[in-house]
Amino acid sequence: MIALIDYGAGNLTSVRKGFAAAGADVVTPSSPTDLASVTGIVVPGVGHFASTRALDGPWRQAILEALNRGAFLFGICLGQQWLFEGSDEEPDLAGLGVLRGRCRRLPPTLKVPHVGWNALEMRRPSRLLAGVPPGTQAYFTHSYAADVTDDTVAVTTHAAPFASVVERAQVFGVQFHPEKSGEAGVQMIRNFVAVCSPNA
Amino acid sequence: MLSKRLIACLDVRNGCVVKGIQFEGLRNAGDPAALARRYNVEGIDELVILDVTATLESRQALADTIRAVSRELFIPLAVGGGIRAPEDAEAAIDAGADKVSVNSAALTDPSLITRLAGRYGSQAVVVAIDAKRRDGTFAVFSRSGSTAAGRQAVEWAREAEARGAGEILLTSMDRDGTRAGFDCELTAAVSTAVSIPVIASGGAGTFEHFLDVFTTGRADAALAASVFHYSEHAVSELKAFLAERSIPVRRTA
Repeated sequence: MIALIDYGAGNLTSVRKGFAAAGADVVTPSSPTDLASVTGIVVPGVGHFASTRALDGPWRQAILEALNRGAFLFGICLGQQWLFEGSDEEPDLAGLGVLRGRCRRLPPTLKVPHVGWNALEMRRPSRLLAGVPPGTQAYFTHSYAADVTDDTVAVTTHAAPFASVVERAQVFGVQFHPEKSGEAGVQMIRNFVAVCSPNA
Repeated sequence: MLSKRLIACLDVRNGCVVKGIQFEGLRNAGDPAALARRYNVEGIDELVILDVTATLESRQALADTIRAVSRELFIPLAVGGGIRAPEDAEAAIDAGADKVSVNSAALTDPSLITRLAGRYGSQAVVVAIDAKRRDGTFAVFSRSGSTAAGRQAVEWAREAEARGAGEILLTSMDRDGTRAGFDCELTAAVSTAVSIPVIASGGAGTFEHFLDVFTTGRADAALAASVFHYSEHAVSELKAFLAERSIPVRRTA
């Protein structure tokens, strides 16, 4: 079972439809204790990093415990940013910290926010990007993005390169919206669902 | 590099597309979901569904249309026409819209932009501006272009951005429906005044018009309706045309 966390940041309808297209039903847990039996957790999100304050406390604890017992985690957009140590958008608020690095504002040399379709430059093989051709474009809408680190599997450039897809052990993240990135996006969701499947 | 977006606008009334749709072989030409599917196959980057009547009956049909389109298409979907209050935005977003476009209601009460952005995020809030050349300026009009709003397009776009708008949908009323080309001067004036993306609308007639608005007009995206109905492959042919001229576009297989 895959849980989609509703912490009041964004429209879950689209993400749920994306998972439905990938052949998976997601549940929206009402309490952190509901994460005890899930195999996958999706943290979506749009908007300001301050919204992730709602994930502090019991949710953070339950997500870390789920990771410890082998569950998989998928951060989308703001959800990916939260996987890191923090963001300059809300410097005093810590992220989940399962990935090293910070999120910073995109350089002002081009228009910010970065809105629209941009290419994914694959850096290394990735379970999330299986079957997704290099140079595939995905739909972005954001002003902050994570540093490029060893966990970066794809880079996108808007004035400067940033981590558009990250993957480390059970942790996956994308800065764009796979649920709005056409068939390639649905393929990525399908890949995450497959990773979470106990028989995979 | 960030692609220039091509956005197809579907004008709907009571759940049916109202502008002339001439695709051959499309069984139900007035069905917005069927048309949306067709555009998606062609590689359109985004869709706007515009409720041209925005009556109570039309609202229900609109929600059904949004649900039908968003169930099977995984590209951004904006909804406009008659978004007057947060409840209208909520209905559209709950049905599956990613963005709502506000126009007259934002001119009447600009705080609506901030309230919608606070609730759904700026990426979900498009402020639509209808502008007309008047006495050497770009004057803003509301209520489908019938009423002068007493504002200038550049100043209003800046205010909309400051209030939390995520994008500007800028329509030239002088060019709308003429197929004489986008108003590149208007588009460039607004696009260079704000940091948020500007979608140019009104006047698309030829492929060259898109090239012009992406270069001279500094547009981040271009919206059209009827020009995409010219031929079955208008979207893919337009993208090929733009790519050959070094405009970054999203090519689909």
